[in-house]
Amino acid sequence: MAAPTDRMGLLLVALLPVLFSIADAVDRSNFKTCDQSAFCKRQRDVKPGQSPYRALLETMELSEARLTLQLINDNNKVRLLLELYRLQGNMTRVRINELKPLRPRYEVPDVLIQEPPTESLLLLERDEHGMVLSLGVDDQRLIINARPFRLDIMDGPKVLLSLNSRGLLVFEHLRLRKDTKTEADAEGVENDVEQNEAEKVEEVEEVTEEEEQPGMWEETFKSHSDAKPSGPSSISLDFSFPGVDHVYGIPEHADSLKLRTTDGGEPYRLYNLDVFQYELYNPMALYGAVPVLLSHTAERTMGLFWLNAAETWVDISSSRAVQGGGDAPQTDVRWISESGIIDVFIMLGPRPTDVISQYASLTGTQSFPPLSALAYHQCRWNYNDQEDVQAVDNGFDEYDIPYDFIWLDIEHTDGKRYFTWDPNKFSQPREMLQNLKDKKRKMVTIVDPHIKVDSSYKIHKEIRSKDFYIKNKDGGDYEGWCWPGNAGYPDFTNPEMRAWWATMFAYDQYEGTMDNLYTWNDMNEPSVFNGPEVTMHKDALHGGWEHRDVHNLYGFYVQMATAQGLIQRSGGVERPFVLTRAFFAGSQRYGAVWTGDNAAEWGHLKMSIPMCLSLGLVGISFCGADVGGFFKTPSPELLVRWYQAGAYQPFFRAHAHLDTPRREPWLFGPENTALIREAVRQRYTLLPYWYQLFYNAHRTGQPVMRPLWLEYPGDPATFAIEDEFLLGKDLLVHPVTDEGSHGVTAFLPGEGEVWYDVHTYKKHQGNLNLYIPVTMNSIPVFQRGGSIITRKERVRRSSSCMEDDPYTLYVAVNAQGTAEGELYIDDGHTFNYEKQNQFIHRRLTFTEGSLSSSNLSPDSQFSTASWVEKVIFIGVPKPSAATLRTADGAESPLEFEFDPASELLALRKPGVNAGADWTIHLR
Amino acid sequence: MSCAYLLLALSLSVCLGYAVEVQRPRGVPLSKRQFYEENKPFTCLDGSRTIPFDRVNDDYCDCKDGSDEPGTAACPNGSFHCTNAGYKPSFIPSSRINDGICDCCDTTDEYNSGATCQNTCREMGRQERELLQKQAEIAKEGFLLKQQLINEAKRQQEEKQGKLSEMQTNRKTMEDKLEALRTVKEVAEQPEKEAKERHLKAWEDQKAIIHAEKDKAKMAEVFLELDDDEDGYVSVAELQSHSELDPDSDGALTEVEAQGLLGGVDKVDASSFETAWVSIKEKYISESQADSAAVDPPAEETRQPVPDNEPYPEDDPVDEEDENEDDDEDEEDYRDEDGDKPPPSVHTPEKSEPDEDAMPPYDAHTKALIDAAQKTRDDFDEAERALREVDDQIKSIEKELSFDFGPSGEFTHLYSQCYELSTSEYVYKLCPFNRVSQKPKYGGSETNLGSWGSWAGPEDSLYSAMKYDHGTGCWQGPNRSTTVKLTCGKETVVMSTSEPSRCEYLMEFTTPAVCQEPLPDHVLHDPGEL
Repeated sequence: MAAPTDRMGLLLVALLPVLFSIADAVDRSNFKTCDQSAFCKRQRDVKPGQSPYRALLETMELSEARLTLQLINDNNKVRLLLELYRLQGNMTRVRINELKPLRPRYEVPDVLIQEPPTESLLLLERDEHGMVLSLGVDDQRLIINARPFRLDIMDGPKVLLSLNSRGLLVFEHLRLRKDTKTEADAEGVENDVEQNEAEKVEEVEEVTEEEEQPGMWEETFKSHSDAKPSGPSSISLDFSFPGVDHVYGIPEHADSLKLRTTDGGEPYRLYNLDVFQYELYNPMALYGAVPVLLSHTAERTMGLFWLNAAETWVDISSSRAVQGGGDAPQTDVRWISESGIIDVFIMLGPRPTDVISQYASLTGTQSFPPLSALAYHQCRWNYNDQEDVQAVDNGFDEYDIPYDFIWLDIEHTDGKRYFTWDPNKFSQPREMLQNLKDKKRKMVTIVDPHIKVDSSYKIHKEIRSKDFYIKNKDGGDYEGWCWPGNAGYPDFTNPEMRAWWATMFAYDQYEGTMDNLYTWNDMNEPSVFNGPEVTMHKDALHGGWEHRDVHNLYGFYVQMATAQGLIQRSGGVERPFVLTRAFFAGSQRYGAVWTGDNAAEWGHLKMSIPMCLSLGLVGISFCGADVGGFFKTPSPELLVRWYQAGAYQPFFRAHAHLDTPRREPWLFGPENTALIREAVRQRYTLLPYWYQLFYNAHRTGQPVMRPLWLEYPGDPATFAIEDEFLLGKDLLVHPVTDEGSHGVTAFLPGEGEVWYDVHTYKKHQGNLNLYIPVTMNSIPVFQRGGSIITRKERVRRSSSCMEDDPYTLYVAVNAQGTAEGELYIDDGHTFNYEKQNQFIHRRLTFTEGSLSSSNLSPDSQFSTASWVEKVIFIGVPKPSAATLRTADGAESPLEFEFDPASELLALRKPGVNAGADWTIHLR
Repeated sequence: MSCAYLLLALSLSVCLGYAVEVQRPRGVPLSKRQFYEENKPFTCLDGSRTIPFDRVNDDYCDCKDGSDEPGTAACPNGSFHCTNAGYKPSFIPSSRINDGICDCCDTTDEYNSGATCQNTCREMGRQERELLQKQAEIAKEGFLLKQQLINEAKRQQEEKQGKLSEMQTNRKTMEDKLEALRTVKEVAEQPEKEAKERHLKAWEDQKAIIHAEKDKAKMAEVFLELDDDEDGYVSVAELQSHSELDPDSDGALTEVEAQGLLGGVDKVDASSFETAWVSIKEKYISESQADSAAVDPPAEETRQPVPDNEPYPEDDPVDEEDENEDDDEDEEDYRDEDGDKPPPSVHTPEKSEPDEDAMPPYDAHTKALIDAAQKTRDDFDEAERALREVDDQIKSIEKELSFDFGPSGEFTHLYSQCYELSTSEYVYKLCPFNRVSQKPKYGGSETNLGSWGSWAGPEDSLYSAMKYDHGTGCWQGPNRSTTVKLTCGKETVVMSTSEPSRCEYLMEFTTPAVCQEPLPDHVLHDPGEL
C-alpha cells in the first residue's frame, strides 16, 4: 500500500497543496530531474575529455592482495587514494577516497556479508607511464595508466572494461565554506586540515581556484531547503564496455529489461522514493535501489556493483566505433553519487551465472522463505474487521480456491499505531489468528517505520526515551507527516535501535500475535508526505551521518530488523517472512519485495515482467507485482490475465486500493471464478518446483525468474526479450498481457532443444518463434525437454495441507532421450534444514530408459510421508514393460498407460517414498 | 507411505427413526452404494473405464470423474460424502480428506491425518433444530404480520385510489371555478388599466411642459453667458471659446465648425439662437464650471462631467403594464406587490425638485377601480393556489401508487417511514423507497448513502434486496450506494450496516414483509437425516 493516496491527500491537501495531484499519472514536478539536483547538474555539466587526474606511480604500495596508489588532480592538487583488490571468484574491487578528507566520508556498512576474500596481485610490468598487474585468471590483466589516470581490464589483447577512459572521474573533496574558512583557520581545526592546507599553499601557484557553484552549500527544491553543512561531496566515475550493446540491472525502474541510452534524456535515478502513481518506461527513481549493472555479449557477461547508498544517477550511452574494420558497439556507463566514496566491484564473469555467483558472494543470496510464502496471498487495503476476514476466508473454501495468507493493511491498527489492533474492528486478534491457524492458514499485518508521535503510545515512548529517533539538522527529533499524522522515524541504521525493534515482535510485546502472523514493511523509503520528494530531508541526522549518506539503506535496515524480530520471537527456530517496498543491495537476505503501487492497467501487467527480471538479476528473486493492480479497477479480463501471470511469478499476491470495489476472486461470475481458481491451482501444483528453485536461489544466488539470455547467453535473439521468462531453467512462461488477445508469439530458445506445452504435451523445436492461439483459459507454459519437474497434484486449501501429499514427476525428454531434475524437501518452515541438516535433496536422472532417484546430500537427514504417486514421461516411445527397483533390491512391475499421439507415458503408482533411492526401468 | 485401503464404512443412518447399518466404501453416499459392489469390477460412474474393485479407494486416481476414490484425496475432482449422523449429511471436495482440518462433524474426513476431531453432529443437529424452530416461529409470526400488512396495504391502496378519484373530480370543479374567476378578473382589470393609463398620460404631459420651460430658461441663460460682448448676438468667436463643443472632437473648435453650429451664419441673436442651442446643449459646459473642465485636457474625458441628460427615471410604468398583459400568469406575484401603488420614484432622492419626478396620487375614481380589480385578482389567486395544492396531492398519491410495494403490496407500510441504527460512530437512517443516510454522532453533516433505485434481489427473490444509489460522491471514487438486504423478522428494524467496499454500503433490515409462509409442521419435525 500506498503513496500519499487519495484519502490522505484529501486530509493533507490544505497543508501541502504542492504535494498532491489529482492527476491520473505521477506528478513529475514532485520529483527532481538531474538539473534540479545540484550535484547531478554539476557532474553532468562535466563533459568527457582529458582527465585532470594523474596517478603518482611512486606512491604505489603493493601488499599481497592490495595495491594503493595516490592520484592527484592537477587542477586543484587534491590527492586521492586509490585502492585495488583482486577478489576471490574473478572480481576486482576499486576504491577511491580522498587521501586526507576534512572529515571521514561515509562507507556503506552491513551490505557485504563479509570482508570479501582477496587473492594475490602480481605486478607484471612497470614503467613511467604505468603498470600492468596480473588478475590471475587466464590472460586477464589490469593496466594502470598514469597520465591521465585510467584503468583498463584486459583479457589477452582485448579490453573488457575501462575506468575513467572518458575522464569523468570527478571527486568533490570536502572543503571549508569560503565565508567561514578564515574563522575555521583561526581556530586551527584538525591537524590534518592544516597539513592539507599547507600542502595546498606549497603548490598554490599551480592551483586553479575552483569556482563556487550554486547548490554547493545549500539547495532548495520546491519549498524544501537542504542546509548542506558539509558542502559539495559528490563523486563520479565512468566505465566503458567496448563491444557491449546490452546492459541490464540498476533496479528499481518501471522500464524495459535492457537499459536504454540516457543521452539527451534523464539518467536512471537510484533514490528510494514513494512515487504516487508511477509512470511506465521512465528512468525516474522508485521505491528501491540496487546499484548493480550487468553487461552482456554473446561471449562475456560482466557486472559492476557501485557500493554507495546516497542519491545516485546513472547515465548510459551507446556508440558504435569502427574497430578492426568492423562496426563495433560500445556502451559507456557513468555513475554519479551525492556523497560517500567510490567503492566499485567489477565482476568479470565470464558467464552470466558466474556474475550472479560473484555478486552473491558479496551481498548474499535470497533468504529461503517458508514454503507457504510461495503460495497465494490475498490482500486488500483493507479487510474491514475480523468478520470480514472470516468471510473472505470462508469464501475461499466455498469457491474451493486455495490460499495461504490473508493480509491486513494499515486500517487494522489503532489509529495507525503499528504493533496495535483497532479495538473495535480487531478486538480479538488471537481468536482471528487461531481461526486461520485451524485451517492451516496465515496472516500478515503491516508494520511501517513511521511512528505516531503520541505520548501514550508505547512504541513512541520507548523510542523517544531511548533516543532512537532520527534527528533533524538542529538536533531535535525529526518529525514528518505520514499515515498517523505527525510521526517520528526510528534510526534503523543504529544497530541498537534494530535490536530493540526486533524485540517488539515477541509475542508478549506485539500483543494478540501468534506464530502464524508475519510482517509487511511499507513506506520505508522512508515516505514522508510533507518532505522533499515525499521523503526525508537530506540534512536529517543519523548519529554522525547525514540522511544524504544513508538514504538508500533505510528500507534495507527496516526489513533486516523486522526479519530479525520474527526469527527471535521463535527462539531462532522459524524462518521469517517479511515483505518490503524499499530495498537496497543485500535486501534479498531478508525477504520479499514487490513493485509497489502499480495500477490496474495492461501496461502495468506487462511491466511486472521486466521489473521482476531486473530484480532477479541483482539477487532479489522473491519479487512480485500487485495482482490486479493497486490503483484503479481492473476489468474481469485484466484481473484473470493478471492471476494467470502472477501464478508464475515468485511473489503471488493480489492487492487493491481502499477506494476500489471489492475483487475477491469469486466476484466476477462463475466463469471468471473458475479461470482464477485454475490459475491459482496451477501455482499450487508447482509448489515443489518453486520451493526447489528458491532453495537453489538461497544456496547459489541464481535467480528464480530468469531472462532467457541468462540460460541462452550466446543467442542474441534472447537479449531483449521481456514478455516471457524462465522459471529456473526448465519452465518457460509467456503470459498473455494484451487485452482481447487471440494469440501470443513465444520464442522457444535453444538450437536442438525441444519444449513441451505443459497443458497439451505438444512438442516444439527450440530456436523458433511459436504462435500460440489463446483463449481465456490459456497460460502458455513450456517444459524444457531434458528436465524433470516435480508437482503435487492434490491441490488443497492451503500449502500446509499438502505437506504429506504424494508427488507426480514430469519427465520431459530431450533429443537424446534423457532428462534430469531435482527434488528438495524439508519441514517447510524452520531453519532445521540449515542448522541440523534436516532435508532431502534428490537428484532425478533419466537416461537409457532408467529413471533413478539418488541422494544429492548424503549428510542430511529428513523423513517425509510424501511418496511418488505417478510418473509421467513426455516424448518417449511406448515401452514393453516398466519395473520399479527399490533400495532393498526388490523389483516389481508397474502398470502404465501410453498415449502414442503425444508420446505420453504415465506410470501408475510407484508408491516409493520421496526420500528413498529407487530406479524405474523402461523396456 | 500412506496408502489407504479399502475401508468399509460402518455408517449410522437415521431414517424414519430406524438405525440401519449400511456397508459401502468410504465416502460413498447411500444413494450411490449400488455402484460400488464389493469384489466386482468397478466401472467409473462416467462409464469411461472399468477397474478391479481393489482399486476403489486405493489412493490413486483411475477414473477421470474421480468416482473410484470417493474416500481419498487422490482425485482432483472427487467428492467425499459425510453421513454426519445426527446432523445434515454433506459432500466435501475430496481435497479436504485427511488435510488435518475437521470438516465433517462426524470426523469421518480425518481418518488418517492425526487430526483430533470431535464428533459434533449431535450438538450441531440440536443447534440447527433450535435455530430452525426459532426461525420457524419468527416466520410464522412474521407471516401473520405480513398478512396484516397486506390487508392494511390493500385497504390503504383502495383508500388512496378512492381519494385520488375524488380529488380528480374536485380538481375539475376547481379548474372551472378558476376559469370563471379569470374572466371576472380580466373584466375588472380593463377599466382599471384605462384609468391608470389616463392618469399617467396626464402626468407625462405635465412633465413635458415643465421640461420645455426649463430648457428655454437655460437657453436664455446660456445665450447671455455666451454673448461675452453683450451685443445681443452670439458670434462665431464667442462660441469658439467653448472647445468642448468641437463636433469632430479633434480638440479645436474651428471657425467653420462654430459657424456650422450657429446654423451657417457668423452670429445669431436671442430669437434665432434656438437652432444653435439644439446642436450644442448636449456638450455645452457652463462657464461657471469651465474652470474645472479646462483642467481636464483630453477631450474624451470632458464628457464625463456632462450632466445626465436622461430626463426621467428608468422605470416606466407604462411598460410595466404592457408586460403584465403579455403574460399575466407568470407576473402575478410581481403585480401583487406593486400593481396598486403609484409608480415608484426610486431614482430621485438626490434631485432638488422631487415633485417634478413623482407621479401624483391617483384620483378617487381610479383608486376605486384599482381596489375592485385587486379584489378579483385576490380571488383568482386564491383559487389557483387551491388548485395547485390539489395537484400536488394528486401527484403525491400517484407517485406512491406507482411504487412497486411487492407482489401483494406488503412493503407499503415502509413508505414514508424511517428507521435508524446507531453505531459507535454514526447514526444510519433508512427511509425505504426514499433514501439512506449517515450522520456522524458527534457533529458533522449528514451524508447521502443513496436514493431509492430499485429492487435488487436475485431473480428468484427480487424483493430480498433494495438498491439505493447516486448518493454523495466519494473523493476520487464512485457515488455512494447502499444495498439493503431484507430478512424475515417480527419487527421492522435495521440490524446492521457495513461498508464492504469503499463507498458501497450494506444494510441488513428485518421486516415481516419478507416472511415466507412457514413449512407445514411435519416437515420441521422430520428433518430427514438430521
